[in-house]
Amino acid sequence: MSAPDDKIALRHGAGGPAMRHLVETLFARGARPEPGVIGLDALDDGAAIRLGDRWLVFTTDSHVVSPPFFPGGDIGRLAVCGTVNDLAMMGATEPLGLSLALVLEEGFARKDLERVRDSIEAACAESGARILTGDTKVMGRGELDGVVLNTAGLGFATRLVRDDGLRPGDAILCTGTIGDHGLAVMAHRHGLEGGAALRSDVAPLNGLVAAALAAGGDAIAAMKDPTRGGVARALVEMARKSGVGVLLEEAALPVRPAVRAVAELLGIDPLLVANEGKALLAVRPAQEPAVLAALRAHPLGREAARIGRCVAEPVGRVVLDTGFGRRLVVEPDGELLPRIC
Amino acid sequence: MAEPVALQFRDPARARALLEALARLTAHRSEGDPLAVMHVCGSHEQAIARFGLRAALPPTLRVIMGPGCPVCVTDAPEVDEAVALADAGLRVATYGDMLRVPGSARSLDDARASGARVEVVYGVAQAVAAAAAAPGEPYVFFASGFETTAVATAAVLLRDPPPNFFVLSAHKYIPPVMEIVAEMPETRVEGFLAAGHAAAITGWGVFEPFVARHGIPVVVGGFEPLDILAGFAALAELARAGEARVVNAFPRMVTREGNRRAQEQLWAVFEPAGGQWRGIARVPNGNLRLRAAFAARDARRRFADVLAGAAPPGCAPRADECRCGDILAGIAAPSDCALFGGPCTPAAPVGACMVSSEGACRIWHEYGGAPRIEVREAAP
Repeated sequence: MSAPDDKIALRHGAGGPAMRHLVETLFARGARPEPGVIGLDALDDGAAIRLGDRWLVFTTDSHVVSPPFFPGGDIGRLAVCGTVNDLAMMGATEPLGLSLALVLEEGFARKDLERVRDSIEAACAESGARILTGDTKVMGRGELDGVVLNTAGLGFATRLVRDDGLRPGDAILCTGTIGDHGLAVMAHRHGLEGGAALRSDVAPLNGLVAAALAAGGDAIAAMKDPTRGGVARALVEMARKSGVGVLLEEAALPVRPAVRAVAELLGIDPLLVANEGKALLAVRPAQEPAVLAALRAHPLGREAARIGRCVAEPVGRVVLDTGFGRRLVVEPDGELLPRIC
Repeated sequence: MAEPVALQFRDPARARALLEALARLTAHRSEGDPLAVMHVCGSHEQAIARFGLRAALPPTLRVIMGPGCPVCVTDAPEVDEAVALADAGLRVATYGDMLRVPGSARSLDDARASGARVEVVYGVAQAVAAAAAAPGEPYVFFASGFETTAVATAAVLLRDPPPNFFVLSAHKYIPPVMEIVAEMPETRVEGFLAAGHAAAITGWGVFEPFVARHGIPVVVGGFEPLDILAGFAALAELARAGEARVVNAFPRMVTREGNRRAQEQLWAVFEPAGGQWRGIARVPNGNLRLRAAFAARDARRRFADVLAGAAPPGCAPRADECRCGDILAGIAAPSDCALFGGPCTPAAPVGACMVSSEGACRIWHEYGGAPRIEVREAAP
């Protein structure tokens, strides 16, 4: 039989069912819910510890991307934004500080490292984050591919936002166009025709999220950033954890024409593609207009849209109304592969 | 951002009109005895799945997923050959959807995880460029696909690619497998939707002898949702009128003669050979293998010594119990198969119907049964 689990495969790092299974059986096997702690058992965007009347949110991310520089960003910007966004998704929109660990391959060009540093500094300035501590290691030539970055971050949330608060009737908002990051990187990596028009959306979302929280308050029931696995995985996880279904309208999904064109060419569904500068929000229906207006008033949320709503059934499932019919949206397992047939 | 242009082939209003026509044209049939038509192309199933057409079709029409995509019907021993070459240290390139297709014991993805040099390419030209960039190393393109992609492989071989470029052909040819399905005892298929892109090469005339032999209508259809619905409507009309002939519902791409130049290239490089299609049957003339004139490019000949040690053919675990053939013939549902959901799952598929993300068994597995979607807005 295929899919032996005695060796780690690429799919174990792709954020999907294979990775969840690996983490649950290897590391989270003893994790239990604890009062005042959101820990490994929750498999949320980050962890949180109650301190008095606030929550200390803590998250970490490792970043590997090939190539390290791509249209619209690079691994440095990605590393800062990834951690800032994970904090923001739990309601911690003012990062206290970040750590940065570098693992470099022997022979990595100093000028490339300076470029990475410059974008780290720029992303920190944009998000108001600071690198407070770090670590540097070098491995031999061929022992890793160029550069690996790890960032961890801390922030306080007065109201903790989880990814499991959805109720039937909630509106699902997306803060902008989908599929930009994953397809830009894929097109750049393989020199695809039509790829020159694509740019990664990598951006720090804490300002945008703060604006939404100020407008919506407790009506914002859940948030998640649709990174690996795209909108599909984020919504499947939110639906499953909340015990509801999600009904999406394909006509309402914001997708740039250039992204749609490359996605069609490769046979890849934009719903499954990673975003690095977008958030999904579940909002109680009464506050939907206020939250949507707040998102659209922010430079990173101009194309925010209501893409669907929560339904009672099917539980744990995401259904897409295509305008022709309906289909299930299933999260990808493993890397996205272009199809021939 | 510019407003997306509405594609005329994706107009939901026209789709609704076609769906109503389909309901009318099959109104004389019942849910228990629906009109059964088969498409024979992964791209059709992909579009049907992507646009959610199955959920919109009338219950009096049953669309059966045919022999699936060329990747899903690639048999385990063919994958074993590619895995053996990769394990032997050769660079092996393939299309992305072939990566996870299981061999007898392992997939190319598994081989890659063990350190083999397996590369995903978007087309044969990319494989040739990679071979040219490393002239010292043998580079094997594990070529899959129906006549559409086989023509691309053929064109490359006719243009004298770098000497280190080899082809391991798993190319398949569609018309013979339609014969197999038509001749299956108890087959319920009353019409075929043929693949427009393949027919663009072969011409729609290639189906005339088939229609004459079996008395089953064939409609050549394109891949936009409206193309597909129009194709089903044409089949329903032919079936209701009891007319067995070929209808070209994709005239903007397909002619009766097809692309002569492409046909010449295809048959200059390949010859038909019998071979097993995963979970379906041994299909006479269903595989395309390289002619003797291209022996120097044929990975099977060039690396015969390596392949001699590959797993013996026909040893895919439990393949003999797989009922893909019956499911494709429309006489069994996935739940009728003893392997379904147990020994055969998307992570460890046995037959073609579980390999493809649009295969009948895979879809049933994802949906937890027959693919119906009931949405309920609020809890009682």
